Amino acid sequence: MDLELLHFQVLSAALFSIGLYGVLARRSAVLILVSIELLLNAVNVNLIGQAALIERPPDERVFGQVLAIFIITISAAEIGLAMAIVLRLFRNRGTANTDELDTMKW
Amino acid sequence: MSVIVFYVVAVVTVVGALGVVLDRNVVRATLSLLIAMLGVAGIFLVAFAEFLALAQILIYAGAVTIVILFAIMLTRTTDLNINLDNPQRPVAFLIAVGAFVLLTLTFVYSDVPQLEEPTNVAVTSAESNSTGFETVGDALFNQWAIPFEIASVILLVAMVGAIALARGDDQEALADAPGEASEGSA
Repeated sequence: MDLELLHFQVLSAALFSIGLYGVLARRSAVLILVSIELLLNAVNVNLIGQAALIERPPDERVFGQVLAIFIITISAAEIGLAMAIVLRLFRNRGTANTDELDTMKW
Repeated sequence: MSVIVFYVVAVVTVVGALGVVLDRNVVRATLSLLIAMLGVAGIFLVAFAEFLALAQILIYAGAVTIVILFAIMLTRTTDLNINLDNPQRPVAFLIAVGAFVLLTLTFVYSDVPQLEEPTNVAVTSAESNSTGFETVGDALFNQWAIPFEIASVILLVAMVGAIALARGDDQEALADAPGEASEGSA
């Protein structure tokens, strides 16, 4: 059996679903952000699989890798900023659990 | 051959990812993220994305995991054995399984023309024997130069914003003063 695009896509779907479960089921804001990293990596796996296997000229297939570079960049920016926000929340409220941060809930 | 490597690395990745969302210990969950990220780097190598694999190891396995561990240490409360999951766990499980089935069906029935096996994106011709690095760099700095510059500005803004947000309370008064230059030293 050869390695085909579906392998990458199913792995990407699995990673995405696991990350989605983490985002929905975890209480701690830090662990929710960790799960968001999983979601972003699922997208990267899909992009890289497409870049390696889609039937296109190589100078178009490389766009998949370039987009993945941008996703890594944005997720690095996101995690730094989000962790700063979580630290601030913790300092102001004494907790980083999302179900206890319900000041805006009626 | 590459399919065996793919399966081994994919199992490592999925086990790491499951550890992230299921482990009862926060630090162990974060270290599972490290395993998952290294697995994804291996997937990138199978798909001939050498530069991405390097960037993945440097940025995720190196920087992001450290940042998360720092955040965990700084937001740790005294009780370590608190419940990490919230009550909507069963609903979350159903939604996750539903998403997996939906995505997999979409992928199975999508009809994308594809190559026989993973191929390097490097353009190999008679006079140039370029590598994947060269091809990616060429695309990144020629066709994608403007998005690249915007991404660098975003990184700068995020860095300054993170410093401004995470600074202690006692320095907040200083932040309003004009000509304050603590960003430069950070």
